[in-house]
Amino acid sequence: MTANISLPPVAEQASPSHGHGERRWQDFFTFNTDHKVIGIQYMVMSFFFYLVGGLLAEGIRTELATPDPDLVDPALYNSMFTMHATIMIFLWIVPAGTGAFANYLIPLMIGARDMAFPKLNAVAFWMLPPAGIMLIGSFYFGTAQAGWTSYPPLSLTTAKVGEAIWIFSLLLGGTSSILGGINFMTTILKMRVPSMGMMQMPLFCWAMIATSALILIATPILAGALILLSFDLLAGTAFFNPTGGGHPVVYQHMFWFYSHPAVYIMVLPFFGIISEVIPIHSRKPIFGYGAIAYSSLAISFLGLIVWAHHMFTSGTPAWLRMFFMITTMIIAVPTGIKVFGWLATMWGGKISLNSPMLFAMGFLSTFVVGGISGVMLAAVPFDIHVHDTYFVVAHLHYVLFGGSVFGIFTGIYHWYPKAIGRMYSEFWGRVHFVMTFVGFNVTFLPMHILGLQGMPRRIAMYAPEFQTLNQVCTWGSYLLAVSTVPFLINALWCWFKGEKAPDNPWNALTFEWMTSSPPEIENFEVLPVLTTGPYDYGVEEEEKLATVAG
Amino acid sequence: MQGSIDNKNQSIQISGTAETVAVAHGHEEHPDLRIFGLFMFLVAESALFIGLFVAYLTFRAVAPVWPPEGTPKLELLLPGINTVILISSSLVIHQADSAIKKNDVAGLRKWFGITALMGIVFLCGQVYEYMHLEFGLRTNLFASTFYVLTGFHGLHVMVGVMLMLAVLWRSIKSADHYSSDSHFGVEAAEIYWHFVDVIWIILFILLYLL
Repeated sequence: MTANISLPPVAEQASPSHGHGERRWQDFFTFNTDHKVIGIQYMVMSFFFYLVGGLLAEGIRTELATPDPDLVDPALYNSMFTMHATIMIFLWIVPAGTGAFANYLIPLMIGARDMAFPKLNAVAFWMLPPAGIMLIGSFYFGTAQAGWTSYPPLSLTTAKVGEAIWIFSLLLGGTSSILGGINFMTTILKMRVPSMGMMQMPLFCWAMIATSALILIATPILAGALILLSFDLLAGTAFFNPTGGGHPVVYQHMFWFYSHPAVYIMVLPFFGIISEVIPIHSRKPIFGYGAIAYSSLAISFLGLIVWAHHMFTSGTPAWLRMFFMITTMIIAVPTGIKVFGWLATMWGGKISLNSPMLFAMGFLSTFVVGGISGVMLAAVPFDIHVHDTYFVVAHLHYVLFGGSVFGIFTGIYHWYPKAIGRMYSEFWGRVHFVMTFVGFNVTFLPMHILGLQGMPRRIAMYAPEFQTLNQVCTWGSYLLAVSTVPFLINALWCWFKGEKAPDNPWNALTFEWMTSSPPEIENFEVLPVLTTGPYDYGVEEEEKLATVAG
Repeated sequence: MQGSIDNKNQSIQISGTAETVAVAHGHEEHPDLRIFGLFMFLVAESALFIGLFVAYLTFRAVAPVWPPEGTPKLELLLPGINTVILISSSLVIHQADSAIKKNDVAGLRKWFGITALMGIVFLCGQVYEYMHLEFGLRTNLFASTFYVLTGFHGLHVMVGVMLMLAVLWRSIKSADHYSSDSHFGVEAAEIYWHFVDVIWIILFILLYLL
């Protein structure tokens, strides 16, 4: 499948001492320390899990086409939505964003030859396939049924073996994520080419600093919660079990202390990707570089102090609810700064409506809807009203699918020519976009209404009056499923048969475009030197010459 | 659109050759970042322990009586001695660092050996304490948190001891493995050991003194 990633002859001369000057297809299936190989490994693996999670989602939607639980029995339905969420979050969006894009792009963008700790990087990757295989394999033993939140005491009383496997998989995935975070932080802070200061970094690197900080601070808390939960499950302690004097709400606090920042771990990398893609395809400098860079850090900080807004109905005291309501609403400010920055970048630009730009614009429009319904949910009275209804499901899919998954496709199309060395088919990319955008909105927009009407989430059966809208959602989800086909055909066909990509098909200014496509093994024959800002597009010719000379 | 930008790219690549950079294998051309990476790792480790501490404090804060009624009093003598051993071992391990900075490999071995021994004594003391406690893992919430927190810390002590033994093994296998200007293993083990020490001090205050 990957045989075509051979390098131009230059690469072989570039690193004669390296022992294996040429990229072999076996590299992609074995323990390899090249960040580009690892990035592609992450992407292909996580896309596989996207398909698995997508199949589960189609099962859920098919079940919900009728009010009665007639396709699968309710226990299996519970397992299906538990696994759907777990796989989509921990094995698709997190590895695709922080694993695939960050690994592939960071060293290229800052002019480094690899990550700071290449072996650690490979170890982090190879923790994920076992985690995923265990999760899927747990269907054989009776999968966890307590939802991806796995709240005790429910998680302590249902499907114990599946729950234990679930905990262990998540601990593996979390460790992998932390090791990745260490690597990104060290690489970005310490390995930039000497000419690149912090304020000359591509904005994707800023986004990854913010993401890595969240990974390092928040993920261990989830690990702590899961360790205590596993003691309750396997050793009979009662940390979270009220019958033994424990407190389930403590688990909720620990869980959401990670899992709310996890939302930002899942979306900040894509804020970075969007900040790269929009200026390039609008041929304009980014509007407000500093504002976008610092707002990532602000989101990262605020993201750590909003977690209890998931717990407004868990008996949280009124003053605490007020605090979390206000902090949650404040997060809309740095996020809004970014959105305005992107829109102002596009304003009056020479926008080319190619696949990455279409997905970036899709990201902007759907993410803003998700962001606004997020502010609605931050308001305590409204949240109590729609808690555990489909409104929440609609909101989170607008953020995680409309945000993160659109961001992933933006990134895939934008860097496909660089990573594969061949151009994708623009026509099929556009078909993919239209089908995804329509399918996405048909699937998730009606869920807002269903939620406001009171349809509860996570239940296999529902009142008959919700059937019409549910069927709309189900048809939309089928369109969404079919939309993967043009993408897969496009990506796989062009991998082998696509037109050869030039080094810099988008006329971009960041370092990853200053090397061959695909980049040679150690990225640069000669390390590049920074002579322009990362987004100096459409600047007058004389100014540019002056910059180069000066 | 294409032409003007292409010029620009060219100028970047040409100016790139101005600075000669060795095209050696990537990892020899940047400074050693392992200590920095270790600190990043310890940030994550600290977060893990802080999470567990805060969980403990929450259990404590919401309980009407803490420790729950009927919990036997903790003996202070043995853990007190253990604490003194662990804290002083941090001073001992620092001697090893000073020794290797003077290229004194024998000194390194001596001080690392003593520190590892102190770590092992600490672990044995903890096992002895576990065996003589009057409550078990499942007795009540205090007992569970006590065992999990001390056990989890004990695991870290064990890792620290193993790191020191690994350094000892390497320095015995080849006498010039560590030198005054290349001793990441020594430094890493020392930093990790100090970290484990600090965690114990907090743990001791939380579980035994408060």
